[in-house]
Order: sequence, then C-alpha cells, then structure tokens
Amino acid sequence: MTGPLAFLRRRRSGAAQGGTQLRTTIVLPVVAVLLSILIGSVFVYAAAWIKDGKIVNPAQPVAAYWALIQGSLLSFDAIVTTLVFTSPLVFGGLAVALGFKAGLFNIGVLGQLLMGVLASVAVGVALAGQPVIIAAPLAFVAGTLAGALMGWIPGYLKAATGAHEVVTTIMLNYIAADILAAMVAGPLRVPRAQAPITYDVGHAALPIFLGKTGHVGLIVAVIAAVFVWWLLYRTTIGFEIRTAGINPDAARYAGMRPRRIIPLTMAMSGGLAGMAGAGELLGVVHSTQTSYATTVGFDAIAVALLARSNPLAVLPAAFLFGAMRAGAGPMQVVAKTPRELVDVLQGVILIVLVALPVVARALGGRGARAVPVEAQTITASYAGETVSS
Amino acid sequence: MDIYAIPVIGIIVQFLGYLVEHIPSSGPSIVAVATPLGFGALCGVVCERSGVVNIGIEGTMLTAAFTGWVGSIAAVSILGAGTPGPLGITPALLVGLVAAILSAVAISLLHAWLSISLRVDQIISGTIINILAFGVTGYLNNVIAAQSPTSAGTFQKIVAPQGLTDLPIIGWLIESLVSQGPITISLLVSVVVLQLLLFRSRWGLRTRAVGEHPKAAETVGIDVIRLRYRNVLIAGVFAGLGGAWLSMEVTGSFQAGMTAGRGFIALAAMIVGRWTPLGAFGAALFFALFMVLGDLIGPNGISPPVGDLGVIVKAIPSQLFSALPYLATIVVLAGLIGRSAPPAADGRPYEREATT
Repeated sequence: MTGPLAFLRRRRSGAAQGGTQLRTTIVLPVVAVLLSILIGSVFVYAAAWIKDGKIVNPAQPVAAYWALIQGSLLSFDAIVTTLVFTSPLVFGGLAVALGFKAGLFNIGVLGQLLMGVLASVAVGVALAGQPVIIAAPLAFVAGTLAGALMGWIPGYLKAATGAHEVVTTIMLNYIAADILAAMVAGPLRVPRAQAPITYDVGHAALPIFLGKTGHVGLIVAVIAAVFVWWLLYRTTIGFEIRTAGINPDAARYAGMRPRRIIPLTMAMSGGLAGMAGAGELLGVVHSTQTSYATTVGFDAIAVALLARSNPLAVLPAAFLFGAMRAGAGPMQVVAKTPRELVDVLQGVILIVLVALPVVARALGGRGARAVPVEAQTITASYAGETVSS
Repeated sequence: MDIYAIPVIGIIVQFLGYLVEHIPSSGPSIVAVATPLGFGALCGVVCERSGVVNIGIEGTMLTAAFTGWVGSIAAVSILGAGTPGPLGITPALLVGLVAAILSAVAISLLHAWLSISLRVDQIISGTIINILAFGVTGYLNNVIAAQSPTSAGTFQKIVAPQGLTDLPIIGWLIESLVSQGPITISLLVSVVVLQLLLFRSRWGLRTRAVGEHPKAAETVGIDVIRLRYRNVLIAGVFAGLGGAWLSMEVTGSFQAGMTAGRGFIALAAMIVGRWTPLGAFGAALFFALFMVLGDLIGPNGISPPVGDLGVIVKAIPSQLFSALPYLATIVVLAGLIGRSAPPAADGRPYEREATT
C-alpha cells in the first residue's frame, strides 16, 4: 500500500468510485456554500447588533445577500463586473492548483502578483505610446515573467536548501510589497505628483471587448485554465509534476528529478500569479500607487481548494468568489453590511469543505477526501523529509 | 561621492561597528519587538514537539490581538477606565488579556479538532485558520471601529533600578530584559520554564515521545491523542499572549492584519532554534534586531549612520528597510535548514490501531 507505485493503485480505485467523485466535486462545494451563507447571517446580525445595540431588521441577512446577488449577477453590467473580478482569481487559483499538483503550497500568489503589477506597469508606461498590438502583449508578458521569477526563488530555495515554501513565499509577499512601494515612490513616480503614483499605461492597456469593463484578460484566463489542464494531463512534464506531487519517492524511483520539477513548477505557478497582476493592472486600474490592495492572494487558495486543484474546475470556483467580490461593494452600499463579510464567508466555506467529508464519514456516510491528496507531500516536506535526489 | 568607490570590507566593518555601538541602546526595544515572535515560536515548539504542525499561529495571534482589544474596550465601556495599578494594569486590560488567551485557545481547539481528530492535513488546516481569522477580525473590526470606542490604553513598562542599569558592560543587558511590560516579562519566564519542562519533566519526556514515535509512546501507556490535544491548547495560550502584546502592550489598538507575517517569522525562529524554547527565543531576538534596524539605520531612522555607510544607506530606498526582517528570515532559513531536523512524527496524524 505504501510502496513506491501505490499512487497508481490509488488512481485506479478512484476511477471506480464514480458516485463518490460526483459527490465530492459538486455536492460538497454546494453544501459548503449554503452552510457559509447560514453562518454568514450570524455575522450580519452581529454587525447590526454592534451598530444599533439591537437587531432592527430581522430580514437584514436576506437584504445583504440580495444586494450581493443583485450587484454580481442580475444585470449585464453586473455580470461583466463579476467576470472582471473572476479573471485574476482564475490565474491565482490556477497558480495555487498547479503548485498543489506538484506537492507544493504556493502561498506567495500575492507577492508574485505584485511583481506582475510592477513589471507590467513599468513596461506598459515605457510602451504607452506604441501601438496596442505591440504594447499590451509585451507589458502582459513582462508581468508574467516577473511573477515567474518571484515564484522560482522559493522553488529554487526548496530544491537547493530545503527551506519550505510555506514560510519563504509568505516572506516574499511582504518583500514584494516593499519593492513595489520603493519603485513607485522612486523611478516610476510621476514627477511632482502629490502622492507617489505611476503614469497611465496608455496604449498598453488591455482592450475592452465586453460591456464597459470586460477586458481581453478574461479570454486569456480561460485559455490559461485549458492550457494548465493540457499541461498536467497530456504532457510528460505534467505527468512528472503529478507524480512528484502524489509520491515523490515513486517519481525519484522512476528516474524523474524532483529537484528540477520543484523550481520549474514554482516558476510556472508564479507566472500564472504574475498574469493575475498584469491583467489587473493593464485591464482594470492602468496605473498604481505605492500600495496595491488586493484580496487575490488568499482568494486564490480558496479557489484552488474549492476546485480540488482541478484546473478546469478552477473556472467555476473562481466565478463564485468573483461574484462575491463583485457583489461585496454594492452590498456595503445598499445593505450597509461591510464588504469584509465575503472574507468571513470564504473562511467558513473552507472549514466546511475540509471538515464536512470527515464528519460525514464518521456518521456512516461515504464521504471522500476534501483536501488535495498532494497536501500530504507538502506537509511531509515541511516536516523534514528531503526533496533532493 | 561615488558609491562604487567604497571598499566592501570597510563597509562591513563599519556596519558591525554600528551594531556594536547601537545594539545596547536599542536592547529594550529589540527584546520587546521579539515578544510576539518568541511567543509564536513557543506555540510552534509545543505543537510540533508533540507532532502537530501549526501554520495557523499567524491567525491565532491575530484573533487574540483582536479579542484582547475588543475585550478591553468593552470592559472600559462597562466598568470605566479605572486607575492603572502597577505596570499600568487596569481591570479592563486584564479582561482583554483573558479574552485574548481564551480566544487563542479556542482557535487552537479548532486546529486540534481538524488536525488530530479529523486528520485533515495540518498545513491546510492551519492555512484555513489564517484565512478565517483574517476575515472574521477584519469584518468585525470594520464594524466596531466605526463606533470609535475608547481605547483601554496599554500595559506599562517596569522601570529597572538605576543602580543596576548603570552597571558597566552588563547594565544595558539588565535594562533590556527588565525594563519591559508584563507580557514581555512573561515571555522571558515562559522561555526558561518551558525549556526546563520540555527536557527535565515527565510531561516533556512524554511530549517528545509523542512527537518522535507516537506508536511507541502509546505502547507504554501514553494517550497520544489526549496529550496532543492538551499540548495544542497549551500552545494556544502562548499565541494568545503574543497577540495580546500587539494590541495591549505596544499599541492599545487593532488594525486589520496587524500580525503582518509575525506568525510565520515565529515559525522560522522555531526552526532556526531547532525546536527548543531557548533557541527559538534567541532566533526571535535575531529577527527582532532586523525589525528594529530599519527604524534605526534607515534614512528617516533614529540614528542614521555617518561616513561611507551613511552614503550607502541613503542610496537605498527607505521602503526597502521594512523588508529587512522578511529578507533575514529567508536567508537564515535557507542557510540553516539542512542542519535542523524536526521531530520525526511532525505533521503526521496519529491513528490508533483497531483493537477489534
């Protein structure tokens, strides 16, 4: 059972349990979302109680959720806004999912995204006067490469020294924020601007093709999801990545080199996160101040876990959180419920997602694993198991 | 002056000289800044020595910082501000401290339940705790801060007797360790006590056994699951104190995400300190030095260096100085980790063998 090729057996038995598959990929996320809505209501009441000392409107949660849905789904503009919020979550979710597949936990999506923002604004401003067809792709690629470099660093450190990515990627998040601040306040700053801010990227901005805000990055995001799926399930390197993720010993036994796969996967993962940053900068904001506020870093982890690190399932999972983010603003305005309610919902969804199958199994059901099986590899390498060979 | 004309070795010597000159006067702030790192690292040591990986220290400390602040402002609005006793202790701050510790223990209970009973992967469990803590505290903080509540203030520092701090050579050390608030003092005590307990007591032996070889521990009659639960909850007390320091000893307020990665630097300190309380505290002091250094040496710092070193420091953008502790963490972790082995059963859920 624990032999080097046990992962093959696990796959075969997994394919036989079609019913369990359906239950874990569809029923479980739906139940998690419903439960989080229920628990989220408690927080809506709590906010009302803190504000007024009593609960004035018993239907407050309904009002909040209705405003959230209205602001994210119930008009053409709302749907486009949701898609715009979804796009970076697809890139970020893919980044985390790809890492999971290789047994790596990329918590550094935020830092890689910020490097993507930095490089794409730098190149975008430099090319702002060039034709769109040259400026936009080059700026986007620059952001991707910067993210890839930022992802490669912890990958290299893990392969070469064993420093675990769970700590190093978080540290790099803070370092990236400081680098961005230094660059925007320094070389990229518009002279004599009141507060440090960069120039607009001009023609390097991603063209709008859908409604008022739907930029080309949305299409790139879908292509990226299909590409990552193809890479993982239809190429040799993808097979090596998945083998290293499920059973590093088997990978080594079969002549694969985790030492090479780890930095490579982290660089690709970082590149995807860099695309999230480039897409946001070139498609939405077009310039940046010293601090770039975003929730994509944590959201990406939630998306990947909800999608069970399946690249194609990342699309609907990202859409769900994209809709929440898009509706959070209108909810705050209309129903006076703070937009951070979405962060609460997200946390509750994740807890339910990992806890529910085990609880169900304990109660006699046939629940399956919620976390990616590759998580065991992540924890094993944290707890000192060597990755070198 | 041309920056490239400055000799490298000369600069290193100048930098070391700068450290020797300024560390004594910054000693008290280094020890104080090390408090959440040290408590976080102790939390990690107790968890991982018994075989449970805890990535959720960051979220646990953040929750404790929040509930400590909320508890103290709630107590102020009900009990009134009160007159501060010795060390600035007021009833409100004590209420906050208790709330901080209880909430941290509650979060630890969640982690224990997920990772010990449900055997959810421990790194995933810890990450979820971080995300949940960030979301819940951010949401409630938004609501509560809108009420502009009255702060309960902070704990105050002990004033060390001048006769001791004026002693030659060791005077600054005494001042660094003694001129501190009650939470920092409790860290110093905890480090020593935990070091003794872990390596000199029955509990310590059992804890290490459960972390190294749980099956062997079970065969000699130790209840692995129970001991792991108990230790994760004890570890929660440490994380609670670390969080309480942030909102009740240094600032008297709460900001969303105010732990700012300290829980993860604490993990690095635990690893660098080889899973021992004393070592982890030493590493925490080292990382704290880099946190203080930015405020000291930077262009807007308290005592910017002169000469060639000053030229170099001025050439570095000021924003990058706040990246120093994070950079130091990565460098030290990458440099030391190969020679630092964790407990053998770290991160592995324990499953009792079926008796039927």
